[in-house]
Amino acid sequence: MDLLDPFFLEALVNGILLGGVFALPALGLNLVFGVVDVVWLCYAELVMVGMYAVWFLYTQAGWPLWLAFAACLPLVSLLGLLLHLLVVKPLLNQPPINQVLATGGVLFVLQGAATLAFRTDFRSLGVDMPPMEVGEVFVSGTKLAAFCAALLGAGVLWAFLKFTYVGVAIRAIARDREVMPLMGVDPQRIYLIASAVGGALAGLAACLLVVQLDVHPFVGLSFGPITFMICVMGGLGNMLGGFLAAFLMGLIISIGGFWGNTEYSYVIAFLFFILTIFARPRGLFAR
Amino acid sequence: MSAALQHAPGPSLELTNIQAGYGDFQALFGVSLRVEPGEAVGVVGPNGAGKTTLLRVISGLLRPRAGTLRFGGQDLAQLPAHALPALGIAHVPENRRLFPHLTVEENLKVGAFSKAARAHFEQRRDHVYALFPRMQQRRHQLAGTMSGGEQQMCAIGRALMSGPKILLLDEPSAGLAPLVVQQVFALVKRIREEGLTVLIVEQNVAQVLRVVDRAYVLETGRVAAEGRAADLAADSAIRRSYLGGH
Ligand SMILES: Nc1ncnc2c1ncn2[C@@H]1O[C@H](COP(=O)(O)OP(=O)(O)O)[C@@H](O)[C@H]1O
Ligand SMILES: [Mg+2]
Repeated sequence: MDLLDPFFLEALVNGILLGGVFALPALGLNLVFGVVDVVWLCYAELVMVGMYAVWFLYTQAGWPLWLAFAACLPLVSLLGLLLHLLVVKPLLNQPPINQVLATGGVLFVLQGAATLAFRTDFRSLGVDMPPMEVGEVFVSGTKLAAFCAALLGAGVLWAFLKFTYVGVAIRAIARDREVMPLMGVDPQRIYLIASAVGGALAGLAACLLVVQLDVHPFVGLSFGPITFMICVMGGLGNMLGGFLAAFLMGLIISIGGFWGNTEYSYVIAFLFFILTIFARPRGLFAR
Repeated sequence: MSAALQHAPGPSLELTNIQAGYGDFQALFGVSLRVEPGEAVGVVGPNGAGKTTLLRVISGLLRPRAGTLRFGGQDLAQLPAHALPALGIAHVPENRRLFPHLTVEENLKVGAFSKAARAHFEQRRDHVYALFPRMQQRRHQLAGTMSGGEQQMCAIGRALMSGPKILLLDEPSAGLAPLVVQQVFALVKRIREEGLTVLIVEQNVAQVLRVVDRAYVLETGRVAAEGRAADLAADSAIRRSYLGGH
């Protein structure tokens, strides 16, 4: 096999671009899990709501695209806050299974609400950027822009966690909840902030996905399960692990698709996932 | 001293008849205790006597079932635990409880989380580095990679970052080599010389009685004796039980 085969290179590039898009929901899910210790099973459905919001504001309400994007972030962030306040917080002292069932219930509620509001039609934004040619490799301009925005989002998140008081407290609370009040930290407030940031990441992911995928009530299924696999592979709650695993998964899917076809590549990705959780149950990057 | 901070004398801490426990288990049976501003007070007693429970009650991690808990004019039992650092109460918990995956400086930053403390971050950090030059050398090192003694210094430094009026220390010498224990007590001495009020819990009775003014002996949740450190150190019953003397 010729590794410089332009089609192979293209699969490689697409895998990395795909990984960038997977990275955002993986970061959001890991952030919330690390801080609140609850898995938001409906995370992909928050993204779906954001996608509908952008689609609606842009194609139906006639907003400029950038304004629809700008509105999507705070909207889904607010949704994350509400999810925490209304569903997660009342169950914080309950067994984890109840929390999973409750956020899983929200998944179906959101799918149902989207079906009622917009029916099951596939909705397209109808925007596309011209492909770019780098050497012999064609790269979708849309995907490249989405990738850059994802990296920018991840970079802002990193700086937030690294340099701000709240960010450092978020990383601290993920390790030791009980001692935090001694530092003057109200854990409930940190949970709220993490939920809002987790929601904002879902909102950003929605902006990047809605230009690549048609929206329908079940669109979450096309990236939600992958996101969970990525988080488990990277080690639940391990943000860096999830970030790296997202690229690994993107590459596996894209290169698998290069050798076989797309459906086949998801099978390969899933097999890889099963192998890793057998070999490294605490995640690929667990120390 | 290069970056010493002046500690204004804070209010006194006063516990009256405190009862506390875990579920059906009662750990404290009517404990009364007082710490005057500028004083260093010790609480000694065997394992399981309730020393840690006592500090957890003071810093709000555990609610007393009965009794009063006052810091100056404030009724502490009315406040959530996370509001206490801003009032000037800092607690170095048992086993240090550093954030091992954060750097030394990030640990200090968490200690300065409360709104009022943030404005003083750099000044207090430099003060902590002046107290513990080793922390400055290791400022970008992960806290979990340091030795036990260094971690204890870091935990005390983290508590100082909130600008406390009273420092609660839970067995700062536990698990440390004898030489390091000396360093920790020397440090406690230095901190109190700066005017900070200190309440220190220890099993290392001989050592602690040398740095405090007064001490309480806690046995199975009750104050069995109290008095001036020198008097307690000379007391024959205490010497027999805690100091291995005759
Ligand atoms: N979380 C807890 N749940 C139940 N019992 C506890 C808990 N923590 C401490 N205890 C009990 O309370 C008593 C006092 O414990 P503690 O305050 O830790 O003592 P000390 O610090 O003096 O060793 C002990 O009998 C201990 O077993
Ligand atoms: Mg103890």
